[in-house]
Amino acid sequence: MSWVKQTFSSSIGRKFAMALSALFLLLFLLQHFAINLLSVFSADLFNEVSHFMGTNPLVQFALQPVLIFGVVFHFVMGFVLEIKNRNAREVKYAMNNGAANSTWFSRNMIWSGLVILGFIGLHFYDFWIPEINVKYIQGDMSGMINGEYRYYEELVHKFHDPIRVGLYVLSFVFLAMHLKHGFQSAFQSAGARHEKYTPGIKKLGGLYAIAIPAGFIFIALYHHLTAI
Amino acid sequence: MSTTNGLNLTLKVWRQKNDKDKGQMETYQVSDISTDSSFLEMMDILNEQLINEGKDPVAFDHDCREGICGSCSMYINGEAHGPGREITTCQLHMREFKNGETIYIEPWRAKAFPVIKDLVVDRSSFDRIMASGGFVSVNTSGNTQDANAIPIPKADADKAFDAATCIGCGACVASCKNSSAMLFVSAKVSQFALLPQGKVEAAERVQNMVSQMDDEGFGNCSNTGACEVECPKGISLDNIARMNREYLSASVSADK
Repeated sequence: MSWVKQTFSSSIGRKFAMALSALFLLLFLLQHFAINLLSVFSADLFNEVSHFMGTNPLVQFALQPVLIFGVVFHFVMGFVLEIKNRNAREVKYAMNNGAANSTWFSRNMIWSGLVILGFIGLHFYDFWIPEINVKYIQGDMSGMINGEYRYYEELVHKFHDPIRVGLYVLSFVFLAMHLKHGFQSAFQSAGARHEKYTPGIKKLGGLYAIAIPAGFIFIALYHHLTAI
Repeated sequence: MSTTNGLNLTLKVWRQKNDKDKGQMETYQVSDISTDSSFLEMMDILNEQLINEGKDPVAFDHDCREGICGSCSMYINGEAHGPGREITTCQLHMREFKNGETIYIEPWRAKAFPVIKDLVVDRSSFDRIMASGGFVSVNTSGNTQDANAIPIPKADADKAFDAATCIGCGACVASCKNSSAMLFVSAKVSQFALLPQGKVEAAERVQNMVSQMDDEGFGNCSNTGACEVECPKGISLDNIARMNREYLSASVSADK
């Protein structure tokens, strides 16, 4: 067995891989949020950036596959770890007081993760699949409809349905729970723990876990309410 | 001693004849338990009662009864060593409980800690992890160097000492939702890795101990921090992060 395979099939290696994919997804989420936020300030700017992200070959054929790999890896490894962890205790406790020693968020990453996975399914159905269809199946790379960029209109149209907005908001609440534990946990799994820096990392994680999902909720509600 | 202030308790205790038996929770009543009794003394009273009734007493591990041997286990009301922090079960006193309370008493639950009988589990998986690398290969046959001859920063000595206070009781495994042994293994890895004598074999040690830990069937760390809270010796999660660093760097730099 090569040393790489040996490392990443160990308990610590698996958690490290989980942490690396998590840190990558944290960065991705930040840029996704930044672009979405443009839609609140300027439809034109949002259209320009969306068109760039949707058609730039580097983004489409280098970064997008990495992102898809990162997402798939993170949830597949999440399941693998969950199964292994469940197998490590064959008989459950008749009485277990988990709240006495740990947070609900930290004990239920699999459930918050599953909600996020369901959300990604919905999000792909809403935006990614139609986008791939238009660009690569119909072959229309112009990003135009009736002589104008279509991205902003599509975004506003999607957030018209209150049920969809409700599902998005709920998913972002679960995302916040996942991030609250996940952000600082990724650093711990990578061994990045230090008296000087860890309190700051935890604070930053707490801020990120609230600010980013709250921002996404704001954007969804903004487009829903301004379109009425 | 007053007989009117004693506690009347309902005990739900895990009974299992042997490692093959399926086992089940049994309910017992004990009365007039002094609030000054330790939890293990309360168990002794229950066992006396069972013996007088001609029944099989509850098997449980105990040895020093002063919080340093790591023998006594017991998952009490859903927590390793019961409520209270930085104590073992022998240091838990009945004053922590209310009259009329129902107390759940279960063995450590982990695939790597199979139940031998009732509340006694086989923790030899910890011994095998230690045998795989939890030692320093120094010559102790009469020409040992004076410890003070090797300069060690006070901060490192303190951290190594804190890690070395681990008594190997297994509360970390019992408390972890994943039955992970990382707090135990990381304490043992750290106590050596922080000191000059242990650094020599550090890379090989962490690789062997982690490999043995995985082979024993312990789960993975989710960083919930339950182990640190329930640990009778207050072993810190700092040790797990240190073990992660030691392991990852050893994987990159070691010969194999």
